[in-house]
Amino acid sequence: MTAAVGAPEPPIVARVRAAEERSRTTFRLKVAATWIGLIGLILAGLWITGNIDAAFIGEWGPFIVGGAGLTIMISVVSIVVATLLALIGAFGRLSRNPYLNGLASLYVSLARGTPLIVQILFVYLALPQVGIVLPAIPAGLIALSFNYGAYMTEIFRAGIQAVPPGQREAAEALGMPERLVMRRIVLPQAIRIVIPAIGNEFVAMIKDSSLVSILAVEELLFRARLVGQQNFRSLEALVIAAAIYWILTILFSHFQQRLERWMARGDR
Amino acid sequence: MTAGGEVIVRVEAIEKYFGDHHVLRGIDLEVRQREAVMVVGRSGSGKTTLLRCINFLEEPTAGSVEIDGLRLEADPLQARSRRHQEQIRQMRLRAGMLFQEFNLFPHMTALGNCMEAPMRVLGQARASALDRADYFLEVVGLVDKRDQYPSRLSGGQKQRVAIARALCMEPKVLLFDEPTSALDPELIGEVLQVMEDLAHGGTTMIVVTHEMHFAREAADRVIFMEDGMIIEQGPPEQILDAPREESTRRFLRRFLDT
Repeated sequence: MTAAVGAPEPPIVARVRAAEERSRTTFRLKVAATWIGLIGLILAGLWITGNIDAAFIGEWGPFIVGGAGLTIMISVVSIVVATLLALIGAFGRLSRNPYLNGLASLYVSLARGTPLIVQILFVYLALPQVGIVLPAIPAGLIALSFNYGAYMTEIFRAGIQAVPPGQREAAEALGMPERLVMRRIVLPQAIRIVIPAIGNEFVAMIKDSSLVSILAVEELLFRARLVGQQNFRSLEALVIAAAIYWILTILFSHFQQRLERWMARGDR
Repeated sequence: MTAGGEVIVRVEAIEKYFGDHHVLRGIDLEVRQREAVMVVGRSGSGKTTLLRCINFLEEPTAGSVEIDGLRLEADPLQARSRRHQEQIRQMRLRAGMLFQEFNLFPHMTALGNCMEAPMRVLGQARASALDRADYFLEVVGLVDKRDQYPSRLSGGQKQRVAIARALCMEPKVLLFDEPTSALDPELIGEVLQVMEDLAHGGTTMIVVTHEMHFAREAADRVIFMEDGMIIEQGPPEQILDAPREESTRRFLRRFLDT
């Protein structure tokens, strides 16, 4: 039984639509309520059992939060440098030149095969022995970029390889030289493919930037540990630091979603 | 579709191996200016490989290809050398290629697809590249879609834009690799119509196709391939209606049955 074209919509259709909309909204509200309830419960539990010192939070909270600026700076600079390293690394991994290929694959293997914290300590504590003395912040930036560059090299390599081979063939068949094919046809499509993965790396970077606190860089975690231990108020201090990391990653993930939606506009 | 012009494509003694697999066995082929040549045969007969060898998307194992006076010898051992790659590039400027999967650039509009190579390879100014892109999009009947991205086009429209993109390079010959095989049946007609108009308008073309009807309408010459060899060739009415070779007959019988 099909309705004639242009026939008025039977009332049940609108009612089903409204009911679906209602149940979607209630579902979302209940999820949000669960979050708020659980977070409230955890905070209340800590408040009751942990002997929370509100005066400490009032006095030192802003100081800890003030470390977020350096955390963000370190994360942004490191992800930008890592992205550039990764682009070069990916060309190396895909190179037909065995030396470049060897160099790139050694880099990836070494950087991914050793702990990030070892790399951070190495740049800061070991390099001075061979005459390279770096202040703590540059040392941290270098180690984070080096490490993330290797992971992101593999992301870029996979992204470039994920562009359908027909794209390259079509461009070559038009007489485009190899470099032009890469720059104008393959890379723009590869970058679109890897944007979500780069976003995930950035979220991970925000969290891993806390590792440079062992070099006494005064970012978020270092400040929290400093005032927490001095005042025997580590619970308060670390909860504040954790909350800031969490908020930063949520904010960025939100921004990332909007970016992806914008990139996907109109096509594919 | 007069076919009395000079030879524009000359394929000589092409051999192609994929590993141990002998895919093309001594192919010789001459195509004259304004001639439309259709290559038919079972899948696996080597017709697509032959087309891809003509513009060196596959490096032949042996033999040579000449397009519009530029002759290139297969050189599988030095295939990646800069000199050979540059010669291949020069060949490709003389031969436009159309693919089964269209391969439009998804991040560029129809117009962008048509202007990219003329501007960046031929060094045309934007204004003249734009004029020509418009002209050839008009030829394929899609000038009203010039600002659309490929994702907003139907399969048939994509292939027509791809044809315009190839024409913008003003090649000496168009190579079509099963241009309608990936299309829904109702979209095949519009692409074949554009191709037929081009053939009748004197565009030199080599078409690998399964569309026998189209071959009959648009071909000056039909080539039947089997096992990597050209078995038989001639005007469409001869090859399609009165083939001399038993294997051609067997192939056509299967087509007419279905």
